[in-house]
Amino acid sequence: MRTAILFRELLGISAVWWREFKVFWREKSRIVSSIVQPLMWLFLFGSGIGASLSVSDVNYRDYIYPGILSMSVIFGSIFFGLYIIWDRKLDVLKAVLVAPVSRISIFFGKVLGGCTDVLLQVVILFIFSFLFPSVDPRGIPLALLFLLVTSVALVSLGLALGSLLESLEGFQVISAFLVFPLFFLSGALFPVDERLPAWLQKLVIVNPLTYTVDGVRGALLGLHDHPILLDLGVITLFALVMIATGSVLFSRMK
Amino acid sequence: MSIIEIRSLAKTFGKIQAVRGIDLTISRGEIFGLLGPNGAGKTTTIGMLCTIIRPTSGSGLIAGFDIAKHPTQVRQKVGIVFQDPTLDTILTGRENLQLHARLYGIPRRERKAWIDEILALVDLRDRADDLTKTYSGGMRRRLELARGLLHRPAVLFLDEPTLGLDPQTRARTWEYIRKMVQKEETTVVLTTHYMEEAQAMCDRIGIIDAGKIIALDTPDNMVDALGGDIVAVRAPAPPMEKLSALPYVSAVQCAGETVEITMKSAPLHLAEVLSLIPDVASVEMRKPTLNDVFIKLTGRDIRNETAENGGGWVETIARHRQKGT
Repeated sequence: MRTAILFRELLGISAVWWREFKVFWREKSRIVSSIVQPLMWLFLFGSGIGASLSVSDVNYRDYIYPGILSMSVIFGSIFFGLYIIWDRKLDVLKAVLVAPVSRISIFFGKVLGGCTDVLLQVVILFIFSFLFPSVDPRGIPLALLFLLVTSVALVSLGLALGSLLESLEGFQVISAFLVFPLFFLSGALFPVDERLPAWLQKLVIVNPLTYTVDGVRGALLGLHDHPILLDLGVITLFALVMIATGSVLFSRMK
Repeated sequence: MSIIEIRSLAKTFGKIQAVRGIDLTISRGEIFGLLGPNGAGKTTTIGMLCTIIRPTSGSGLIAGFDIAKHPTQVRQKVGIVFQDPTLDTILTGRENLQLHARLYGIPRRERKAWIDEILALVDLRDRADDLTKTYSGGMRRRLELARGLLHRPAVLFLDEPTLGLDPQTRARTWEYIRKMVQKEETTVVLTTHYMEEAQAMCDRIGIIDAGKIIALDTPDNMVDALGGDIVAVRAPAPPMEKLSALPYVSAVQCAGETVEITMKSAPLHLAEVLSLIPDVASVEMRKPTLNDVFIKLTGRDIRNETAENGGGWVETIARHRQKGT
């Protein structure tokens, strides 16, 4: 009996996951733009700034490669989660929510779906890593682990916020007041060390994504401010808290 | 044998008593119509039976499972077609059904056969692999019906299944519902704004107003209970009291220039009635309909009601926008 229930819930998770993957695969233009955008950051922005700047003896373009990978994950994951505001507005979720599958399973199906989308984009970006001479390809598995855990955390965060919000206006507010600050304060684009103003340093320290960027940069470039295990610990803890918050809020969602 | 048993089911939202204690028993294979004005509690009642809304008090059993204690089992036993479209428009018709089949735990080896069978039943086999956003309104409804029945539920809930469809498509949609129900011996609980359709489709009808069931019977009995035929006479000064005093007249109602007299065996008594009314401009005789029953019981004409948040323009725009992204 217990295993039958567990099997049904797993089937439910895989059903939602399958749906998300179908949708992702169908919207090819979205995949293309999600690959092209980070490449623009790397080559247009990175080369431009890099012409007059290098960090810790590393070409600036190479320096922000881990940061831009993190950026793809940050934006892709949170917006994937927030997308349920649309789903709810269009009643796409309604038929799923009345199925004999628990809300928690639907939540996990969504999280898996979001992570799959985001990590597939990341994998494509890894293919371009040979264009960045300072990047050590042996660090890719560890970087991928960091990005996976971050993606789980941020899809959950997006779903949590999406469960609370009724309107699409909230989307803009979150984008402006949460997603962008999280990104800018993560050290994705510039080194976060003692040269920063004190108030900025404090914000950087409490931003969990600082540890993602530090971990990914450590794995790929060997440059990091914190021990890698500390980075991994912080981001895993963040993910666990987000999963708990997200699953509770998603279960209560009307 | 009863498939649905409801005992003093009630729901309160804050200070609003949406449903104030409903008792109802519905037997297996029955087509039951729940009619009522907007805000009468139809959708809330269906919501509670589908375990989307938690009842404040009372109990409900569906196929032997308690809606409050065993919601998962109840969900497995019911199918729902919502008032608003809920298809995944980024998926094809078949993919919508595949998603549903997985969510309802239909075994992998049965999935394809069940899906093909139900697609054939609603005549959507040719279009099954097209995205549902390319479907017409009638096709979408049919696919939703198919989805609601795919997991072979004991009870199918239809909330305004023909809302927003043109008359021809509406008629065909009812045909499909009848066909599917006969095949699977499914019990159907439906709400509709179209009285003629309710009269033609339903074995029994419950009229709900202000959260209570105020009438419960077969459509024919309800109409018969009105007391015969309705004669509408246009005349400037009908003698109301004299008319009401006639032994075969059961009701006299004045609406502007027209007086509506409900009476038994109208053809037999028409001459006498008309002789009592001076300056008759025109006479019309008709059989009463369910709509007359509805007006008499609720004081409202259901035809003047608009359905709650149907395919409004906001939703339409949102749907168009989604296609664009």
